[in-house]
Amino acid sequence: MLSRQLQRNILKVAAAPSVRLSLAKQAPRVVLFSLRTFSNTAQKQNASTVETLTPNSDSLGFETTAIEKPGRPIYLDMQATSPMDPRVLDAMLPYLTDLYGNPHSRTHQYGWETERAVEEAREQVAKLIGADPKEIIFTSGATEANNLSLKGVAHFYKGKKKHIITTQIEHKCVLESCRVLQEEGFDVTYLPVQPNGLIDIKQFEEAIRPDTSIVSIMSVNNEIGVIQPIEEIGKICRKNKVFFHTDAAQAVGKIPMDVNAMNIDLMSISGHKLYGPKGIGAIYVRRRPRVRLEAVQSGGGQERGIRSGTVPTPLVVGLGAACKIATEEMEYDDQRISRLSKRLIDGIQSKVEQVVRNGDDVHTYPGCVNLSFSYVEGESLLMALKEIALSSGSACTSASLEPSYVLRALGADDEMAHSSIRFGIGRFTTEAEIDYVINHVVGHVNKLRDMSPLWEMVQEGIDLKSIQWSQH
Amino acid sequence: MANPATKTQVISLYRQFLRSGSKFGAYNFRDYAIRRARDGFRSHMNEADPEKISAFIKKAEQELKVVQRQSTISSMFNSGQRLIIEEQRIVRTAGDN
Repeated sequence: MLSRQLQRNILKVAAAPSVRLSLAKQAPRVVLFSLRTFSNTAQKQNASTVETLTPNSDSLGFETTAIEKPGRPIYLDMQATSPMDPRVLDAMLPYLTDLYGNPHSRTHQYGWETERAVEEAREQVAKLIGADPKEIIFTSGATEANNLSLKGVAHFYKGKKKHIITTQIEHKCVLESCRVLQEEGFDVTYLPVQPNGLIDIKQFEEAIRPDTSIVSIMSVNNEIGVIQPIEEIGKICRKNKVFFHTDAAQAVGKIPMDVNAMNIDLMSISGHKLYGPKGIGAIYVRRRPRVRLEAVQSGGGQERGIRSGTVPTPLVVGLGAACKIATEEMEYDDQRISRLSKRLIDGIQSKVEQVVRNGDDVHTYPGCVNLSFSYVEGESLLMALKEIALSSGSACTSASLEPSYVLRALGADDEMAHSSIRFGIGRFTTEAEIDYVINHVVGHVNKLRDMSPLWEMVQEGIDLKSIQWSQH
Repeated sequence: MANPATKTQVISLYRQFLRSGSKFGAYNFRDYAIRRARDGFRSHMNEADPEKISAFIKKAEQELKVVQRQSTISSMFNSGQRLIIEEQRIVRTAGDN
């Protein structure tokens, strides 16, 4: 195409000599294009990040200095997504290149090879959660899995059962699915949580009604990392013959999960939260006693008719590999993440006062550290800490300045909810990164507090709550 | 490790892990590859059962191939920008001190 354009330009040159300049510019670019390699594209990206500031004519004599960006920020947002493990990519690559068959093609070798790979991945996922491979259904992610569990079960049993129980701190996709079901006429109970983030078991038991069809309570919260008493909840659900769904996107591969020991009937799994690829997840659906679902998506009847659509072999293989690695590495990762987590919390709390960790002290996943820095606005701290990739809550709501509904559900006042930051530690986080983060967070919190009149007042012993702020 | 031939083989494997691991373009993967190899080899340091040793060597040989392939890929598709921490830190890989 480029050469054709070139020809056209040459014709134009013959017609109008003024275009000659543009041709001369274009010719070397064509040569460059053919020579460009991967590293060249990388360099190009790099070059664009170097800030060059040209002072405006109206800059009134202020000097502007060009600042070179010092490097990529440290990634500490593992709850939003995790980097894909190189071992996962290694398992996926053959299926992104040579082995491209449709796993549902039964008539030729291309289909058989990929089908075998999909079934092996299914076994790997099942092994991680103690399930039978037949009980695993691949979806596009945890959001789809959550939608499918809630809507699927609710719709299937809607004849007799009209009640759903969930919590106030669930992920948005569970809450939204419940809201949609509510509009369809279902009754939903949103359980409150205690100040430590855990649900009150007694209150939960009382909320169960004879017409309750499904209970959905997440295993590990994505914002504060609290681990709900899944085993107890499962026992109560089984006793009351209510289906128990858990959103385990943040839990699978990080803490031991066993669907049989915990009496889980449905479970959502996400690939990219456990160092797997994005765009893949799975749902566990118990076979004995059988859980029936009404499919949300109609199609070719793949995945036992529950999730139609061609199974994406490379992604499924990646999820399987990620689960296999997680099975083998969970103990090693857990020891390391716990150590780094302790290092981070102790490091910050020993150098800055009035830092509170949100969530329960014991029943919390160590890789998710949610800290509230009193009298510091979380968003301004995030802006200041541009060398570190952090979030004040879930990525889905990171665009809004509203305080997190999860922290508000804990009963935290707005000031505390506004001053929170989530640190996500993962398999690839290093000690050096943690130390860097501690130093920077401590420095910036102190700096912001020094600027804050509120902090000054607190230091003088004034109780901010007692102040009558004048209204304008 | 009583057998000196096995010992040389294991040491050679370990060195290859470190060499290939250090070729990762991404800082976090590089650090992990080296740390995981070191911790993995160390945790089997006092292994005496020859069967277990040969199983470990076999597994390590497979994983070495993964590290070799993936470190090459990582260096090819590097973002071209180093992490902020690499620019200024005193080199220190892992260790809980």
